[in-house]
Amino acid sequence: MREVLEGSQAVARTVARCRPGVVCAYPISPQTHIVEALSVMARTGELRDCEYVNVESEFSAMSVSIGASAAGSRAYTATASQGLLYMAEAVYNAAGMGLPIVMTVANRAVGAPINIWNDHSDAMAMRDSGWLQLYAADNQEAADLHVIAFAAAEELGIPAMVCMDGFVLTHATDVLELATQEQIDGFLPPYSPTQVLDIDRPTTIGTMAGPESFTETKYLQHLRFLDAADVVEAWSDRFTEAFGREAGGLAVRYDPDTLDRDRSAPPAGAEDLVVVAMGSVIGTLQEAIAPMRAEGLPVRLVGISAYRPFPREALKAALGESRHIVVIDRALELGSGGVLTGCVGRALAGTGSRIHSVVAGLGGRPILEGSLRDVIARALAGEQRGLEFLDLKTGGVPVPPVGATEVAR
Amino acid sequence: MTQIRIHGRGGQGVVTAAEMLARAGFLAGHEVQAIPSFGSERTGAPVVAYCRFADVPLRTREPVLEPDVVLVQDPTLLGPAQPFAGVRPGGLVIVNTTEDAPWVREHAGDGEVDATVVTVPATRISLDTVGLPKPSAAMLGAYAGRADHVTLAAVQQVFRDRFPGRVGEANATAAAVAYAHVRGEPDPRIVPSAEVSHA
Repeated sequence: MREVLEGSQAVARTVARCRPGVVCAYPISPQTHIVEALSVMARTGELRDCEYVNVESEFSAMSVSIGASAAGSRAYTATASQGLLYMAEAVYNAAGMGLPIVMTVANRAVGAPINIWNDHSDAMAMRDSGWLQLYAADNQEAADLHVIAFAAAEELGIPAMVCMDGFVLTHATDVLELATQEQIDGFLPPYSPTQVLDIDRPTTIGTMAGPESFTETKYLQHLRFLDAADVVEAWSDRFTEAFGREAGGLAVRYDPDTLDRDRSAPPAGAEDLVVVAMGSVIGTLQEAIAPMRAEGLPVRLVGISAYRPFPREALKAALGESRHIVVIDRALELGSGGVLTGCVGRALAGTGSRIHSVVAGLGGRPILEGSLRDVIARALAGEQRGLEFLDLKTGGVPVPPVGATEVAR
Repeated sequence: MTQIRIHGRGGQGVVTAAEMLARAGFLAGHEVQAIPSFGSERTGAPVVAYCRFADVPLRTREPVLEPDVVLVQDPTLLGPAQPFAGVRPGGLVIVNTTEDAPWVREHAGDGEVDATVVTVPATRISLDTVGLPKPSAAMLGAYAGRADHVTLAAVQQVFRDRFPGRVGEANATAAAVAYAHVRGEPDPRIVPSAEVSHA
């Protein structure tokens, strides 16, 4: 059934239909609506056989999630920004212990200066924590990704973050079609943990590893992560077969002309400039690029859905013969450039590709179609610099654009 | 595509108005999207929210910069928020005020803009019906009264669905009163004298 829903509500309902055994979270904007909705569902009984645990901090939220998962329960939490950083130590532990917790990250900037609005700095700070990171392009995918995340995480024994742009998606209302309880029950296998804390059969999870074995432990974790790409892709394909719509995947392809998502779209050609991006800017890029294509300009769009594991092979396949790339990045590696740009660059090492980094939308700055078209046009004309901050204001105190996201005051 | 921008202050239900408008638009058969923009979440601070109606699924996430319709929920924002900014030629601007359209143009900062200006005492209507200064339902009722993008029935239904019971009914009444006001029709709360004579 197609219905009008706020992104956070869509995620909360879908998570509930994945039948988590324990939900433990601490509220922080812009994630709050998700965990509020889940707590209401736990209280009203709509979310059955689930313990909703209130805690005093994000560190405790992740610690409870670790305990719940180690005890054999399907565990879910959500956070953002400083909350994710506050739980950072436990985030690494969840991955190292192989506990398939699923966590929504409602992506938000990291202070100082304090800023509640969207960019990808928070999740990027955790990019090497050993979690899967799946990015939603829109609210339909944000909801659907949670089903895929539980399935892939539990098969792999690797926890998964579902990243959705804070406010831009979490607080936006769209026409969505949620996976029903029956559909999810038929798709997502019950959680059968490979390791469970059990007083009758004692085991140790999260033991110490000294210099004699730490490298090998990390090597095995690395190999498991290499397996993850195939598993994420397989569950995404199964999702498409079961639900009749695409979600997840590794590198996402778009029809050259309609810019609609299409996994059978051809790879880019040698003449094409390819824009690579992830998160909600994909939707704005679809609208920005379609008229450029209609004018005959050789521009293609490739999305990154799985940022971790980074989909090197799938990205290269989607880029095809193209060697000219613009990466739209919502996080900044200070003194270097966009964070995603660095990953794309490493994946394309030795291919002779020209890669431009465009840092956009930091701290909630709206990303405008016109600004994207301008930067793409300049890249096509060979006039774009290596690193650019989209719509950077220069000179004096910035004045908010009237009517834009920033409120004049 | 029809693009709507709503101006108001924190606490007036601006974000709710955008969501309710999207729901009403969906009932009218449109593809819809509502995007709130958040300030620092303080009561009384200026807040802007956006809504889009289209025939095809909406993909863009950029704010509405060139609205076809502007709803101003608080007349004290006419100057500072520049609600006429970017309005498309021939657009519609509906302002919650007890004053008239010339007064709005005088105080809007950009009163020469090519747009139809409509005023509705939405706060007074909501105080009379809902008992709270929450002008959203009245503003959306006024919108339904001056454009065919949404119907009064759809606006009433989404408020009844969202706030079941007395509050929903009161909001539905507020929408009907504002709808009649901007169309120059009699206040629907006043029972016609012909019916009274039959009573």
